Amino acid sequence: MEYFNIIFEQIYKILFLLVPVLVSVAMIVWLDRRIWAFVQKRQGPNVVGPFGLLQSLADALKYIFKEMIIPSSSNKVIFILAPIVTMTLALIAWAVIPFSATQVLADINVGILYLFAVSSLGVYGIIMGGWASNSKYPFLGAIRSAAQMVSYEVSIGVIIINVLLCVGSLNLNDIVLAQQTMWFVIPLFPMFVIFFISALAETNRPPFDLPEAEAELVAGYQTEYSGMMYAMFWLGEYANILLMCAMGAILFLGGWLSPLEVYPFTLIPGAIWLILKILLLFFLFALVKAIVPRYRYDQLMRLGWKVFLPFSLIWVVLTASYLFYFNLLPVN
Amino acid sequence: MIAHSIFFYTFSLIAIVSAIMVTASKNTVHSVFFLILDFISISCLFIMIGAEFLGMIMLIVYVGAVAVLFLFVVMMLNVAQQKNQWFAGQATSKHIPIGLIISTLIFVEIIIVIGGWKFKPEIFDINNSVVQTNISNTHSLGQILYTDYIHVFQISGMILLVAMVGAIVLTFRQRSGVKRQSYIKQISRERAEGVEVLNVQSNKGVKIDD
Repeated sequence: MEYFNIIFEQIYKILFLLVPVLVSVAMIVWLDRRIWAFVQKRQGPNVVGPFGLLQSLADALKYIFKEMIIPSSSNKVIFILAPIVTMTLALIAWAVIPFSATQVLADINVGILYLFAVSSLGVYGIIMGGWASNSKYPFLGAIRSAAQMVSYEVSIGVIIINVLLCVGSLNLNDIVLAQQTMWFVIPLFPMFVIFFISALAETNRPPFDLPEAEAELVAGYQTEYSGMMYAMFWLGEYANILLMCAMGAILFLGGWLSPLEVYPFTLIPGAIWLILKILLLFFLFALVKAIVPRYRYDQLMRLGWKVFLPFSLIWVVLTASYLFYFNLLPVN
Repeated sequence: MIAHSIFFYTFSLIAIVSAIMVTASKNTVHSVFFLILDFISISCLFIMIGAEFLGMIMLIVYVGAVAVLFLFVVMMLNVAQQKNQWFAGQATSKHIPIGLIISTLIFVEIIIVIGGWKFKPEIFDINNSVVQTNISNTHSLGQILYTDYIHVFQISGMILLVAMVGAIVLTFRQRSGVKRQSYIKQISRERAEGVEVLNVQSNKGVKIDD
């Protein structure tokens, strides 16, 4: 009986986290389209509900009632598995995100490594979808996206090392608490910029949306998908974007800490601050989508391997030397 | 404790079954997916014995990078053609003796190591490093790896670097007749060297060099 109580308690906690995440994913799609439209002097979705807020709900309803087409020459098991993998990986990563010192589902020792591992697994959903479709465009899109995600993961890993040098722990709550005196965005500003750009590439957002470049590859790895399976890819993608924003907020913008530790700010709970920071980063994501043209593929690879990787490695050496020389290395 | 053993047997069962399926499945891409499943369940086992750092590194390095490259190569193979070539007729039977010899060797080696561990445990306590329980295993791993074994660690890194450079040298070839773009050249172009304003007289035109 005790086991059942534990299980029910955990399921309750998980639902309490996942339902808001899924709802905010739907809202964020609407926000993305709205910002995109405003930059281009359009209105965007504004018909369904107040300000078009229910647009995503209407879209989801449409996807649910559409037919799911499975190509006859596809590899059926892997074809169906691919969107499930994408969606699951995008959601399980939220387990370690701390919303305050105590509000975290799993406060594990290696939180940042867990986040990094889950985001590096995200490439499988895309490769599986692209290969199992047994079609030219999805396959090309999958190959492109796998190469792109593996390349930019390397620089994200090196950037994480930079932050870890200043913290001395892999726990996400420790990383947040280490920023009480100063957010890492100030001393590590160049790393923040590179992290932001790598996050764009990692989540296949414009200007790095080559895997689904509609002018060249129809829709990349999603070409053969329809109905609910397409919607799952779509939800997984946006959940991943939110996750990357959360990661940026925790690593550089102080996570759930309030910007100033003075009276009116400390009244607001940490979760609200984290959400505000995630929204700020997402606003930047949406702006970039609207104002920057798409990169060419060789330029993208050059940027990842020849610019970001050497620069962030040099920054690791600089950070380590600075911390060592001034005896600031965190020792516990 | 019961829950612990339930999880242990679940993960080990998945690991063993998927390891068998890596060799048994006829589709090479399926083999790689089973290999990934195997890696993931082994990293779950690592986490269960409290080695969470090793488990996560296993996920990042093997599943996130190595298996992606495997999949890359394997996806390029023509699966339909392979089925006809490799699994038709008796031609494959000559691989079986070699495979048996190698797997017997590996089996004997493992038996020797585990047997030695079981009956003479003092042989394995060479370093006598005291395991501290009050720090996380990432810290203790770092404290051993970067102090006692720093040279071995650096040498293994060097070997990897040499292997990488070697692979690049072997496959690199300078192709002639390829138009390359130089970013510095493109950015440092001025108006004066690109554009020239000419006074064109009517009915005569100008000669344009290109």
